Amino acid sequence: MSDKLLSVQGLQTCFQTGGGTVRAVDGVDFDIHSGETFALLGESGCGKSMTALSILRLVPQPAGRITAGKVLLDGQDLLALPEHAMRDVRGKRIAMIFQEPMTSLNPVLTIGMQIGETVERHLGLRGKALRDRVIALLDDVGIPDPAQRYGEYPHQLSGGMKQRVMIAIALAGEPQLLIADEPTTALDVTIQAQILDLLRKLQRERGMAMLLITHDLGVVAGIADRVAVMYAGHIVEQADRAAFFADPKHPYSRKLFESLPTMGKRDRQLAVIKGSVPSLAREFRACRFEDRCDFAWQTCRDTAPRWLAVGPEHHARCHLNDPDIAKPAPRAAAPAPAIQQAPRATAGDVLVDINDLQVFFPIHKGLFKRTAGHVRAVDGVSLQLRVGRTLALVGESGCGKTTAGKGLLQLIRPTAGTVHYRGNDLTQIGARRMRPYRADLQIIFQDPYSSMNPRMMVADIIEEGMLAQRIGRTDVERQARIDELLTQVGLSPEAKRRYPHEFSGGQRQRICIARALAVNPKLIVCDEPTSALDVSVQAQILNLLKRLQAELGLSYLFITHNLAVVEYLADEVAVMYLGRIVERGTVADVMQNPCHPYTQALLSAIPKIDTATGREIIKLEGDLPSPSNPPRGCHFHPRCPMAMEVCRGNYPERTTLSDTHTTHCYLYR
Amino acid sequence: MLALIALAGVAVVGMIALRGVKPVFLWTDVLIYLLVLVIAGVVIYSRQHEHLRAPWRRVWRSRAGMAALVVLGAYVLVGLLDSIHFREPLPPVDRSESSGHSVEVLSVFDKLAEPLRLRVEKTYSAPLAAQLYAREMQELPDGTQQRVYPRLQYGGAHLNDPETERSADIVVTASAGLMKGLGIAVLVSLAIVMLLARHYRTTPASALGRIMRAQTAMAWHVVLLTLAIILVGTMVLIELSGKYHVFGTDKVGQDVLYQTLKSIRTGLVIGTLTTLIMLPFAISLGVMAGYFRGWIDDVIQYIYTTLNSIPGVLLIAASILALQVYMANHPEAFETVADRADARLLFLCMILGITSWTGLCRLLRGESLKLRELDYLQAAAAFGVSHARILSRHILPNVMHIVLIIVVLDFSGLVLAEAVLSYVGVGVDPSMISWGNMINSARLEMAREPIVWWSLAAAFVFMFILVLAANVFSDAVRDAFDPRLRAN
Repeated sequence: MSDKLLSVQGLQTCFQTGGGTVRAVDGVDFDIHSGETFALLGESGCGKSMTALSILRLVPQPAGRITAGKVLLDGQDLLALPEHAMRDVRGKRIAMIFQEPMTSLNPVLTIGMQIGETVERHLGLRGKALRDRVIALLDDVGIPDPAQRYGEYPHQLSGGMKQRVMIAIALAGEPQLLIADEPTTALDVTIQAQILDLLRKLQRERGMAMLLITHDLGVVAGIADRVAVMYAGHIVEQADRAAFFADPKHPYSRKLFESLPTMGKRDRQLAVIKGSVPSLAREFRACRFEDRCDFAWQTCRDTAPRWLAVGPEHHARCHLNDPDIAKPAPRAAAPAPAIQQAPRATAGDVLVDINDLQVFFPIHKGLFKRTAGHVRAVDGVSLQLRVGRTLALVGESGCGKTTAGKGLLQLIRPTAGTVHYRGNDLTQIGARRMRPYRADLQIIFQDPYSSMNPRMMVADIIEEGMLAQRIGRTDVERQARIDELLTQVGLSPEAKRRYPHEFSGGQRQRICIARALAVNPKLIVCDEPTSALDVSVQAQILNLLKRLQAELGLSYLFITHNLAVVEYLADEVAVMYLGRIVERGTVADVMQNPCHPYTQALLSAIPKIDTATGREIIKLEGDLPSPSNPPRGCHFHPRCPMAMEVCRGNYPERTTLSDTHTTHCYLYR
Repeated sequence: MLALIALAGVAVVGMIALRGVKPVFLWTDVLIYLLVLVIAGVVIYSRQHEHLRAPWRRVWRSRAGMAALVVLGAYVLVGLLDSIHFREPLPPVDRSESSGHSVEVLSVFDKLAEPLRLRVEKTYSAPLAAQLYAREMQELPDGTQQRVYPRLQYGGAHLNDPETERSADIVVTASAGLMKGLGIAVLVSLAIVMLLARHYRTTPASALGRIMRAQTAMAWHVVLLTLAIILVGTMVLIELSGKYHVFGTDKVGQDVLYQTLKSIRTGLVIGTLTTLIMLPFAISLGVMAGYFRGWIDDVIQYIYTTLNSIPGVLLIAASILALQVYMANHPEAFETVADRADARLLFLCMILGITSWTGLCRLLRGESLKLRELDYLQAAAAFGVSHARILSRHILPNVMHIVLIIVVLDFSGLVLAEAVLSYVGVGVDPSMISWGNMINSARLEMAREPIVWWSLAAAFVFMFILVLAANVFSDAVRDAFDPRLRAN
């Protein structure tokens, strides 16, 4: 390895809050060498973003303060520099890109001006030279027609393009170190693959070091040279990539791997980390992971573990690896309990039959709001939901999957098509006749923060549906049912006298599930219920959903973009692209034998942990077209690597590949 | 509640003391009683619901909030005492029965402040002065004429030589008031401590200790301190006003302190009743427009855009002039001057309410537009919850903080608007005492040489304290009710 570029030593950042001092970063040490990618991995709230901000001295003032440590860049301590000298470091020597490209750009300035600002500051270029440099940068980050894009505004670009512009701004000062804080979390998988590829390419070409901050093990596997795992404000394990993925030493790292959903774990529960991340406001004397660790014994509760070498370039902070400490006899980790799938007589019967569902949103223009066109959010979707089974609806953002779910529930009135349930076409009956069916068809939302009224207590939130559906005759009866529901989703009945903001994301999602269960539904539409949660919490929710399905015989329409979850949970899969279903089949059909080029690309774009297999990523060019003006012929042909002449003509008819597997593609006609 | 009981008691005692009086129920009085009843109802309802009691407990703990509440309470007490009206019987002209009632409508407050009301000087006099503010020709005993500052008829009339005795006398009187005030404050505090001791089942000494160390559920130490300050201030004012005009007199020699206190009712009425009239429009229309969208939204938007495009002052002037014409044509509908003034005040409240709901309505529409897209409304729709229930359970509670802020901002704005309208001549009736009328007349007083500053200053100070207290209290309430602020 080459010399050390950045060396962080004993960094500590504290926040003064009403509840005391919060040590967001508490003694972090690591080195980054020139030209390498160093990944900082951790769940939300572990202090990884704050570490990055501390390196650049951008900690929010005056609440936050760097209280100890050194940040040496080429041997020079950044924490000792005066503020004006720091401005030459930021952007010029260390640059940063952020998670949310939508809010990182100023909407009233052209992207050329925003990149030019940084170029001018750090390279001192003016006029034509400046413009040429900016266009060269846009070209470097893979933006087509850079000369034309120069004068465009952020709203004219897609999310992926904006992230490319952000990268161009970061590169403008030709930094030695690039800090990327969750650079792809807000993007779809195919776009994520593009951006990761771009970062990898730029790093290779420029010999730049990169500090990558992420919660996604897959991203780490794909791009990092070395990995550090952060937990509760400090680093618990550090290793090079191969060693880390081959044999993680810290129990927390191992749990992270075990809680990932995969195909192989389908018939058993996912491993979960019990409890929750400890509050950083308290002083730690012992191991920080002790109360959640399966292996913890008395020593873990008394002394803090040392930072020990457990292999070449591999360190961990755990007593299990300390040769000087007597360990109790290893407890055999109990295998994750299998799920009792009670076979039901009716399982597999069609519960809801959706036929050719269309949801169009009119585009109004002019003074009299004339309808000038339609956004074809859902454009002819047919699905059958079966009793006790899970159908996963997969697609990238903007493909219409959420709209399809709401169209099924009649939360948005469909434009055309039928939804048959218990012999009725739900699209034809009025609100009054729809009301009794509402109890059977429920929904869980993505964002557990906005899905509950902040001014209602948990008991009132759960009771609302029961009152509307006249379930439970007396208040006593309803309160007893609420207690039962809360216990069923793994919360204490005392929770009902509290308000939603007092709960964590995972607990809120449990409350939302309890609310849906309160009316005894047959089908629950799960709209990305785990995508806002950390991996270990996601495992808890997936376990809960699976258990409830086994116990209550529920059907799920599981809307997601996360294919790993699909593999674990779903029975059938439908892949959606631009308002239409392009491929449908059982989970085995679609995940192991994908036929449609889009499905193939989607599957290959997921960052995988087992990089050894040497699979090839099918890179899709460009972005999802606008659903208000879909391309002629096959919607996918402009991005399809296998597009033929016939694809430009008409939309392909359905091809049946097997009893359960169908697709819309000319390759199989 | 306590204020209500005290008020009823005062009313009964007053009626017994003044046998034969004829109670008068002005329109605004009735509406004020209604408002008091509504507030009492809300209090009783909140006491029975834990999730409403909990935030109020946080209000009771807030020191600034409780201090403001005590100040507001003092204002409201004066306002309520001034809202019980009656007409006194005329002294029988001959031996025959019932000679009818006086045309002058008085309130309980007028009766309590009778000396202030009746001791009228000739014209301007400065605060605590013993002489008029203007020189007058006076004939001296030796027959010569001289321009001197004549002695006041009431203010400092007991002094032989104001030049030498006045300052000392003021200090002595004020000190007496101070001592009395402190005495009463101590008595009241003792009574409260005893009651609290019974409530906590401890000795009064330990209850006092808990209060001093701020260990009570309510910020009693602040309440007692604020109460003591108000009581001492009141007693000093009472003592001084027995001998002097504390805030001076106005052009026609009326006591400015009396006017300022009378203005409290006008200010409270304009501030509260206008809001009361405006709120139903603003809330129902704003929330409906945002929630239902479509043609309902279009209609409501057209209504408030149209209303907004008419200059408010013109609309108010036109309505008030129309009312004046109606009053002139129908003198039989208004028995007394007070009746007329009151009708005009109520009408002003209504027209101000009708012109001022658009701002709040627009804000609520925007907020509802945002709320209706949130997941919990979708969840409620997925349960088949009715529109009315969604509006009342989900949207209304989540826009109430906006309503609260706007109401308090409007309260001060309305008190000021009254002053502006009086300036244009379309405000409250000129016979009605209000801060607006006081400030309006100060226009000429400030142009005078030497200037007469006390009317304006008195009106300003009382208005300022009221608006400040209302703002501080509403801040405390909003902080307590916002669940997002409660996380820490």
